[in-house]
This record gives sequence, C-alpha cells and structure tokens, in this order.
Amino acid sequence: MNEGIITAIRVVPLEHYVILSFLLFSIGIAGVVFRRNTIIILMCLELMFNSVNLLLTAFSAYHSDPRAQVFVFFIMLVAAAEVTVGLAIPGDDEAQRG
Amino acid sequence: MLAFFYLFAAISVISALIVVSARSPINSVIALVVCFLSIAGHYILLNAQFLAMVHIIVYTGAIMVLFLFVIMLLNLNKATEPMKTLGTRVAAVLAGGLFFLTLMAAIRHGINITPANEFDPGVGLVRSVGLSLFKEFLLPFEVSSVLFLSAMVGVVMLAKKEKVVVPKDGVEPSKA
Repeated sequence: MNEGIITAIRVVPLEHYVILSFLLFSIGIAGVVFRRNTIIILMCLELMFNSVNLLLTAFSAYHSDPRAQVFVFFIMLVAAAEVTVGLAIPGDDEAQRG
Repeated sequence: MLAFFYLFAAISVISALIVVSARSPINSVIALVVCFLSIAGHYILLNAQFLAMVHIIVYTGAIMVLFLFVIMLLNLNKATEPMKTLGTRVAAVLAGGLFFLTLMAAIRHGINITPANEFDPGVGLVRSVGLSLFKEFLLPFEVSSVLFLSAMVGVVMLAKKEKVVVPKDGVEPSKA
C-alpha cells in the first residue's frame, strides 16, 4: 500500500496539480467577487489558501524537500488565527444589527 | 493512481463550485468540508501524510466547525443573502475565468523542473517534517505562538466591545 502511494508521485504529472490548484484559486476569486455574505467570502478565502497549500505540497513532493511542507504548516497556523478574528468581526456586526 | 487523482480532483472542483453557488450558508460549509477532505486525499497521494492529518484536524475539525457554530449561533442559516445584479455575477465569473486563463497561459509550455534532491520516500512523513520544523524553523514556530496570543486577545476585545455597546443603544437590559 505504501509503495503504491509513493509511486503516485511519479505517475501523476506535476502540471495536473498546478492546473488543479489554479482552478481552485480561480473559483475562490470568483466566489469572493460573487458572494455578499461575509462568512462565505471568508470561506472562499480558505479555498484559495488551500489551493496554494496544495501547490506548495506538490512542488515539495516532486523536489523531495520537506521545507515547503513546513511552510504549508505555517500557512495553516496563520489561517486558523485569521479565521478566529475574521469570524468575530461579522459576529459582532450581526449581534449589533439584530 | 491516476484514477485516484482524477477522482479527488473532480470531487474538490465540484464541491468548490457548490461552495460558491449554494444559496444556504450551511450547504456551503458542508461542501467546503467535502472539498477539504478531498484535498487531504491529494496530500496522501503526494505522500505528505503529516500534512494530511494536520489538514483534517485543523481545517475539517476546527475551522469548519467554527464556521458552523458562527452560522448557527447567529441564525444566518436562512438564505437571506440579497442577490447581486446580473452584471456583477457575470463580472465575477469573468474575473475568475480570465484569471484562470492568465495562469494557464503562463504555463502553456509546460513545466520542466529538475528535482532538487534525490527521490526520498521519507519526505512528508512526521519525522522529516518535524526535523525540519524544529531545526530550521524553530524561531518562526515560536513567533507563531505570539501570533496566536495576539489573535486571542483581539477576539476577546471584539467580543467584549459588543457588550459595552448594547446598553448605550437604549435597549432594556432585560430584553438584551
């Protein structure tokens, strides 16, 4: 099983991962422009974060370099901190309005 | 293996489209959870097992549950969002599509990379990522704890401000 997983890195071309993360990032951008709800805009931001994380991980795996994966780890940390603050702001807004 | 990749890619793209287009915020959250799980599948395909676990725990387990809590506590689960005009919607699709086209044009000749290191099946496991994290990136790791502390203080400030504002509006304390 582990051997099969490891060979996947060589079977799937790197371009496929690049195109997939471009697609997810573009969907995220369209969502940020498209939606009006603050919480869904935050969710589209998360989608864009994740497409970048996927791209970094793909390049890290193809280069056999774990440092990019540490970078992805830090992006996850910062996204978690950002979401807590970002969700407090619309919550504050909604509580005052109604 | 290529079939697994296409399966996960299709799931993530379709659920991302549902996130953008769903009317109810709850449906968006559920679709985003599905999208994150399929991205965790991509991580496992890339042999990044540590990241796959952290991704499931942090994103699916913590962040998305936080989104669900906020939506349910604030009663935002009704599809009350005012629709944007047709022009704005067309502009949004155009913006996303043109951005995708630009990015695709940038890689139209393909990507030729020569791997920086020899292929190592241990990369992406907890051991290699942990060694890199605690040897090379120890200072950023410690600084990120300060970031979390400041985020916590900021959230407490935001939550406290609201309780000060409510009596000033003239609302009865019993009603508020």
